Amino acid sequence: MFSYCTDPSTLEGLTWLSCYLTTGKHMGFYLSFVTVIVLLLITAPVALLFGFAGASAARSRFLPLSLLGKTYTAIVRGVPDIAFFMFFVIALDQAFEYLRHKVKCPDWSEPVRQGNDFVVCAQAKLPLSTSPQWVHETYGFALAVLTFSIVFGAFAANVLYGAMRAVPRAQLETAEAYGMSTRQTFWRILVPQMWIYALPGLSNLWMILVKATPLLFLLGVEDIVYWARELGGTKTARFSDYPHGNWHAIYFFGLLVFYLMLTSVSERIFKRITRRLSHGQATAAGEAQRKAVQ
Amino acid sequence: MKKLILSTAALAVSAGVAFADNHGKTVRLGTEGAYAPWNFVNDAGEIDGFERELGDELCKRAELTCEWVKNEWDTIIPNLVSGNYDAIIAGMSITDERDEVIDFTQPYTPPDPSAYLAMSPDVDLENGVIAAQATTIQAAFVAEQGWTVVEFPTPEETVAAVKSGEADAVLADKSFLDTMVGSDGLVMLERMEAIGGGVGMGFRESDAELRDMFDAAIQSMKDDGTLNEMIAKWEVASQW
Amino acid sequence: MSCLQTIQDYALRSIGIGERLLPRTDFTLCEQVTLIGSGMIWNIYFGLIAIALGFFAATGMALAKNSQNKWLQKPAEFFIYVFRGSPLFIQMFFAYAVFVVLKQNMPFFAPFTSAWLGATLVLFLNTTAYTAEIFYGALQSIPKGDLEAADAYGITGRPRFTRIVWPSMLRLAWPAYTNEAIFLFHATALVFFSGFPVWGQRGDALYYASYFADKTFNPFVPYPILAGFFILLTLVVITIFGQIGKHLNRHLPQAAIRRPNFLRTIMR
Repeated sequence: MFSYCTDPSTLEGLTWLSCYLTTGKHMGFYLSFVTVIVLLLITAPVALLFGFAGASAARSRFLPLSLLGKTYTAIVRGVPDIAFFMFFVIALDQAFEYLRHKVKCPDWSEPVRQGNDFVVCAQAKLPLSTSPQWVHETYGFALAVLTFSIVFGAFAANVLYGAMRAVPRAQLETAEAYGMSTRQTFWRILVPQMWIYALPGLSNLWMILVKATPLLFLLGVEDIVYWARELGGTKTARFSDYPHGNWHAIYFFGLLVFYLMLTSVSERIFKRITRRLSHGQATAAGEAQRKAVQ
Repeated sequence: MKKLILSTAALAVSAGVAFADNHGKTVRLGTEGAYAPWNFVNDAGEIDGFERELGDELCKRAELTCEWVKNEWDTIIPNLVSGNYDAIIAGMSITDERDEVIDFTQPYTPPDPSAYLAMSPDVDLENGVIAAQATTIQAAFVAEQGWTVVEFPTPEETVAAVKSGEADAVLADKSFLDTMVGSDGLVMLERMEAIGGGVGMGFRESDAELRDMFDAAIQSMKDDGTLNEMIAKWEVASQW
Repeated sequence: MSCLQTIQDYALRSIGIGERLLPRTDFTLCEQVTLIGSGMIWNIYFGLIAIALGFFAATGMALAKNSQNKWLQKPAEFFIYVFRGSPLFIQMFFAYAVFVVLKQNMPFFAPFTSAWLGATLVLFLNTTAYTAEIFYGALQSIPKGDLEAADAYGITGRPRFTRIVWPSMLRLAWPAYTNEAIFLFHATALVFFSGFPVWGQRGDALYYASYFADKTFNPFVPYPILAGFFILLTLVVITIFGQIGKHLNRHLPQAAIRRPNFLRTIMR
C-alpha cells in the first residue's frame, strides 16, 4: 500500500502496523464487513416477504395451505439454524440446476444422479462454468441470502401471524360494515395496522439475524469470521512478510466490538421507527402522541 | 462429453494443437487455502503455494483456462460432486474411501510419511494426547491406535494446541510440520507413520476426460523434471 | 451387525462407553441415527446445566438491573448488553482463545479449555444475560395492585419477594423464558464448532453428523437426522415448560389460560 512497505522486516512499531493493516489480505477482511452488512440489508426484506407469505398461508381458510404455512414455521424453528446451513446451500443449488436441466435439456438421456455425482447438462449449470469468477461469487452470495431468508422467514411468519391477530377485531368488523370485501379488508385495514404490533418482534428478529451472520462462512461466503480466523493464525516468515504468533484473540475481540456496535445502532434506529409508526395508531403510544400535539 | 465441446473461441488465446478443443474451456480448481506450503493465502490475499504453481502449470500444458476457488476442507468433496468446481487440488491424499466417491489422477507427489511435532523429543505418544485436524487420515490413524486424539477444525489450531500444552504432540503431513519446526521450541519426533498414498487431484467420476487431461499433464511434468524442481522449491515431499 | 448390536455399541459412545472405534465403512442408517443420538447427550448436558444455573443467576441479575443502587445496576446492565449484543459463536471462539492464554499462566484455568467446563460456562453466562433481560421486563410489568395489596397486608422484605414478586415475575416471564430455553438447546450445537476441541472422538450430535457427512460424502442423510433429534428435543422442552407454566398459573381462572402453542412458543 505505502511506498515504505517493500521490506516490512526492517520496519517497527506503527509503520509496521500501517503496512500490516493494509495488505491485500486485510483489504479482503475489510470488504467482508461490507459483505455482511449488504447481506443483512438484502436478507431482511426478503425474509419479511417469506414471512408475510408464510403468515398469510397459515391464516388461510384453505386447510392444506394453512397446514403448509404452519409446518414451514414449525419445522424451521424447531431446528438449530446451523443444521440447515450445513446442507441447504448444496440442496438449493442442486434443486435449481435440476429445474433448469429439465427445462433446457429435455432430450438429455443420461441420469442426473450418477453414483455420487450430480450431473446436469452444461447449459443448465448455475452459473455457467464459463462465467467469470464474480458471477460465481454473486450466485453463492444469492444462495446465502436465500438460505438465511428461508430460515428467518419462518420466524418472521410467526411474528406477523401474531401481529395480524393483534389488530383489534372492531377495526375489521367496521371495514366489513362499510361493505369492503375480504381482500380489501386484508390489504387496506389489516396490513397497514399490523406493523406496529409486529415491530417489537421484528426488531428482536433483526437482532437474532445480525447475530447469526458469523455462520455465513458455512454457506461458502468469505465473511468476517473466515478472515479473522485466517489473519489471526500463526504466520511464519517463510510464507508471509509479516510473521506473527497466534492473534486469534485480538481479531475476535475486534469482531465482538463490531457486533456490539451494530446491535446498539440497530436498537436506536428501531426506537425511532417505533415512534414514527405509533403515529395515528389506535394504541396507547399513538394516543400519547396525539395528546402531545394538541 | 458435451461439457468438453463447449468452446467459446473468444477466450482462446494459446495456439496449441494437441488439445485443440479445449480452447476457452474454463476449469474451476477447488482448494482449501490454509495448508502451507501446499496451498495458502498470501499477504496479498491470493491463493499461493506449491499447488497454485503446479495447477497453473498443468492448466497451461493442458491448454485450459483455470480459475481458483476456495472451499472449506469439510465440504470440499460434496461441493465437487455437486459440480461447484471441477477439480480438487488441495493436498488430498489418495485413499480407498475417497476413491470410491471421486476419481484421482496419478499422484503428483510420492507418499510421504506423517510426522509428529512436540515440545520435547521424548513425549509418550501412547499415554499422551495427540492433536490432529478433524476428519483427516491422521485423526483416524490416532483413533485406531487407541491413543487419545483431540481434533481441531483447522491445521493451524492443532499446532497451537501443542504450543499451549493442550495436546502433547500433533500428527500431520511432514511437509506441513516442517514449516513449524523450531518456532517456540517445537521439535519433530524421530517416529514417522506411513499413512495415506501420494497426493493427487480429485475429479468427479463422470468427468473421466478432464481427469485424463490432467493426468497426461502431470505425466509430462514428471517426464521433463519440472515437477521435481517444483517439489524441491516448495519442500512439500520427497522427489520422484 | 444388527441394529440392536449397534445401539449397544454406540449409544453411549459420546461419553466414552462402548465401542471405541467409530464405524469406518459401510455406514448404515442405524449407525448414523445411534451415534448422532449419542451425541445429543452432550447437547442435553450443556443445555441442562446452563439453564439450571442460569435461572438463579438471572434472577439475581434481573434484581440488580432493577435496583436503585447504581453500583449494582450499571454492571448488570453492561453484562446484559455485552452478552445479548454479540453473537454466541464469537463469544465461544473468543472465550476459548482467552482460556488458552490464561491456562499458560495460571494452572487453575487448565480444565476451562475443555468443552465440558469452558463451553458450559459461556453458555451459562449467555443464558443468564438473556434470561435476566426477560425477568427484568417481567419485574417491570408486575401488576401494581399485587404490590399494593402486599403492602396493605404488611408483607415486607424477604417474604414480599419470595411470596409475591418472584412468583408473579416467573408467571409473566414464562412464555418468553420457554423460548430462551429452546434457543439455548439449539445453541449447544455451536460448542464443538467454535474452537473447543473434541477429545477422543467424543463429540456432540453435530460432530457425529459432520463425521458421517465427511465419510459418506453425502450431507443429505446425517443433517436431517440431526434436525429430527432437535425437533424431538424441542417438543420435550415445550412439554416440560408447559407443565411448569400450568403449575405457575394454577390459581388463575382456568379459561383465561391459552393452551401453549408450539408455533407461538418458539420465539425468542
